Amino acid sequence: MSLNSNIPEGPLHEKWDRHKFKLKLVNPANKRKYTVLVVGSGLAGASASASLAELGYNVKTFCMQDSPRRAHSIAAQGGINAAKNYQNDGDSVQRLFYDTIKGGDFRAREANVYRLAQISSNIIDQCVAQGVPFAREYGGLLANRSFGGAQVSRTFYARGQTGQQLLLGAYGALSRQIAAKKVTMFTRRDMLELVLVDGKAKGIITRNLITGEIEKHVGDAVVLATGGYGNVFFLSTNAMACNVSAAMRAYKKGAFFANPCYTQIHPTCIPVHGDYQSKLTLMSESLRNDGRVWVPKNPGDKRKPNEIPDQDRFYFLEEKYPSFGNLVPRDVASRNAKEQCDAGRGVGETGYAVYLDFKEAIARDGEDVIKRKYGNLFAMYEKITADNPYKTPMMIYPASHYAMGGLWVDYNLMSNVPGLFVLGEANFSDHGANRLGASALMQGLADGYFIIPYTIGGYLAGEGSSTVSVTDSAFGEAAAQVEQTMDTLLSIKGKRTCDDIHRELGKILWDYCGMARNDEGLEKAKHLVNDLRKEFWTNVTVPGSKSELNQSLEKAGRVAEFLDFADLLLEDASSRKESCGSHLNEAYQTEENEARRDDENFTYVAAWGYAGKEKKAQLNKEPLVFENVTLSQRSYK
Amino acid sequence: MTKTINLTLKVWRQKNSQAKGNLETYSAKNISTDMSFLEMMDVVNETLILEGKDPITFDHDCREGICGMCGAVVNGRAHGPEKGTTLCQLHMRHFSDGDVVVVEPFRSRAFKVLKDLMVDRSGLDQIIQAGGYVSVNTGGAQDANAIPVPQKIADKAMDAAECIGCGACVASCPNASAMLFVGAKVSQLALLPQGKPEAKERVVSMISKMDELGFGNCSNERECEAECPKNISIENIARLNREFIKAGVK
Ligand SMILES: Cc1cc2nc3c(=O)[nH]c(=O)nc-3n(C[C@H](O)[C@H](O)[C@H](O)COP(=O)(O)OP(=O)(O)OC[C@H]3O[C@@H](n4cnc5c(N)ncnc54)[C@H](O)[C@@H]3O)c2cc1C
Ligand code: SF4
Ligand code: FES
Repeated sequence: MSLNSNIPEGPLHEKWDRHKFKLKLVNPANKRKYTVLVVGSGLAGASASASLAELGYNVKTFCMQDSPRRAHSIAAQGGINAAKNYQNDGDSVQRLFYDTIKGGDFRAREANVYRLAQISSNIIDQCVAQGVPFAREYGGLLANRSFGGAQVSRTFYARGQTGQQLLLGAYGALSRQIAAKKVTMFTRRDMLELVLVDGKAKGIITRNLITGEIEKHVGDAVVLATGGYGNVFFLSTNAMACNVSAAMRAYKKGAFFANPCYTQIHPTCIPVHGDYQSKLTLMSESLRNDGRVWVPKNPGDKRKPNEIPDQDRFYFLEEKYPSFGNLVPRDVASRNAKEQCDAGRGVGETGYAVYLDFKEAIARDGEDVIKRKYGNLFAMYEKITADNPYKTPMMIYPASHYAMGGLWVDYNLMSNVPGLFVLGEANFSDHGANRLGASALMQGLADGYFIIPYTIGGYLAGEGSSTVSVTDSAFGEAAAQVEQTMDTLLSIKGKRTCDDIHRELGKILWDYCGMARNDEGLEKAKHLVNDLRKEFWTNVTVPGSKSELNQSLEKAGRVAEFLDFADLLLEDASSRKESCGSHLNEAYQTEENEARRDDENFTYVAAWGYAGKEKKAQLNKEPLVFENVTLSQRSYK
Repeated sequence: MTKTINLTLKVWRQKNSQAKGNLETYSAKNISTDMSFLEMMDVVNETLILEGKDPITFDHDCREGICGMCGAVVNGRAHGPEKGTTLCQLHMRHFSDGDVVVVEPFRSRAFKVLKDLMVDRSGLDQIIQAGGYVSVNTGGAQDANAIPVPQKIADKAMDAAECIGCGACVASCPNASAMLFVGAKVSQLALLPQGKPEAKERVVSMISKMDELGFGNCSNERECEAECPKNISIENIARLNREFIKAGVK
């Protein structure tokens, strides 16, 4: 199948304006005739819901948590990028665009990324108008910090809780539309199926998590803003309920899944402690502004960190990458930490950790200044580890964090299924093979506040309002399918819990499809996942029934989809015979162990199509065309 | 250093909002002191599932103390014994071998128990819907630096904005008042220039919604501040009261 990305004609900087002008408009009086279903209330879903409702559309919004304010976006710590150039340090739309394309190792679409950089400034304006309490300088103007992969200071932040404050801003806007009765909010709902009528997205099936009731919702378009799939690794920095189910249901209904093998492993997380561990905690990348990463020079040096003198320390990022130092992009930082630990220089109980040291910064700026910048992160670190990072260096290790891959979308953020739009982390659009820090919040809000309000109109104006109703047979069939899956899960009554199987899946993927991959390991993992899937469907145990609140049943449904998604992840990783960004196949490295791309053969988006149960997914390629940047080997030296 | 402890748990079990609940006793064995409280609960639940029993239902998501989803009353204290800590960030190193730990849902006439430790806090959303925002549509905002905010004021607004909406303040208040929660939002927006145009309507509307939903009044018990996992100060209640009085003076 050929994929039309619908990238507008014209010079890069005019594309979005031209496109907005060309898009059909829905007459203001007619907007109320359309209903849009938005699944997700994170930054992408909440901002989209509010903005669409403000325009006059009827919106129904769904989330799994008891309140839209609890979407996983709330946990974002470090900040949000924008090309404001408030610091007068040489930033511009062009530079943000270039940094993002380069950071993504030249595997993202130029036009999308340029638009993102253009919109970035409006986001900050919007959020400030909402009363988001960003950090300020003494004079009252907005403060900035630096993030990895950039040499300018363009990250806006609200202490270590930037995601929380941005989400509460969007939640406020959403709440206002709920009060105005333009948005109907459905909390504690799990989307279990996408409904197509005549090949177009016209509805969803949800389960009310309190009563167990299966509900049918009809709309003129469906917007998925359901977040990323980082939890496929079981242990990740994502919240416990983050899942790939909604995206997988869409995939199984024909939507393409793009670049699933681009999974971001974040360099600065609190290392794994024990087998019981349920999640990993991120220590924001902003810490790398002031913290220095090091390991003991001599493998097996068991001295306490403060007893190791400078000449016995290896500041591996600073030494290898003098110009970016500790602020290299995440994929580079993570891989280097792994390399040091594999070489026996790792620290901590397991030997899989490196130090992040603030001693010098505290001596230079004083404890007060450091506390002001990172106080809540230091407190969180101490709570979890019982170590005081003001006194002794933090220990960190990479962990699964973010999904660059996601459902394939065109320039309008519409998938190949007409009427199905995908926003935020759930789509694949802007980050290529590696996302730069503070860019996910920017993308989620760009999608929701400033892109979908225009592009959805273009689709709806062409469609006319729908005559479909929930009595349509497609809804009945979809609901029956959902019931049947739940019955099957409940009837297995085996001997292993969902978490137990999920944990095993995570370990397989972490070992064979994590920070470094090779063909042999990927093949092995495919077999292991296959066996594990069989084990799941014959030996899982799910207590309770489907007609009541049943958290085990919710989990079972998620693990079932993660298992299927794992196939896709492995298939994509093994078909991409190059290394790029987060995807490192050991066979393709430069002499300095950096990712070596194969631009001749792999400058494309891999968009996988569902071919049926137990059949191999089909690969569709969207060629990436670079007209404005020259592809080069990334260098952060 | 990592060690393991054994505990006896007494956990509130209630099948649904209509059912009568009771405390059930469980033993939590070989609990590593590095675990979080919720990880300890996971261990107990895994055992229950394998025994074919109904695991304990509790709300949680981020497990980083930021989403506000978790919460239970542990030995009589909302979010447990550690000050300024959510239940998910409470670690087992604060318990001793042999401890008896009583775990109950956030109780309040404003929060219905849905199942076991899970309660309905949707009233808090409804209070925000009554005006806990600045009414600006998307688009058309002026340049962000056109609204300077003194650093001190921005910091104070941020102190208030850190509220995670967990409801511990309501659960710990003898009157089931939501004044700390409301005060935090009203303060954030009253402090900032962006919030000023709607300040009067906001405070009146949020307070009347709070009353309508059956949350009680504040009688200065200060339990809310003591139990708030984000250390939201009761100064915010004082500011809320001032704002309310100002709003009355036409
Ligand atoms: C710890 C952490 C820190 C981060 N820090 C930063 C940072 O500093 N800067 C930055 O730019 N990015 C950061 N990120 C990344 C960023 O937070 C996320 O990529 C972004 O918030 C995702 O937003 P979203 O709206 O796409 O999805 P989410 O916020 O994940 O929202 C998903 C929504 O979908 C709903 N949902 C999901 N599945 C279903 C279903 N089946 N049925 C119904 N509803 C469903 C959920 O209830 C939720 O409302 C961080 C991520 C983590 C994990
Ligand atoms: S004020 Fe404190 S206790 Fe109350 S909801 Fe906010 S964070 Fe929770
Ligand atoms: S689980 Fe999110 S605050 Fe505890």
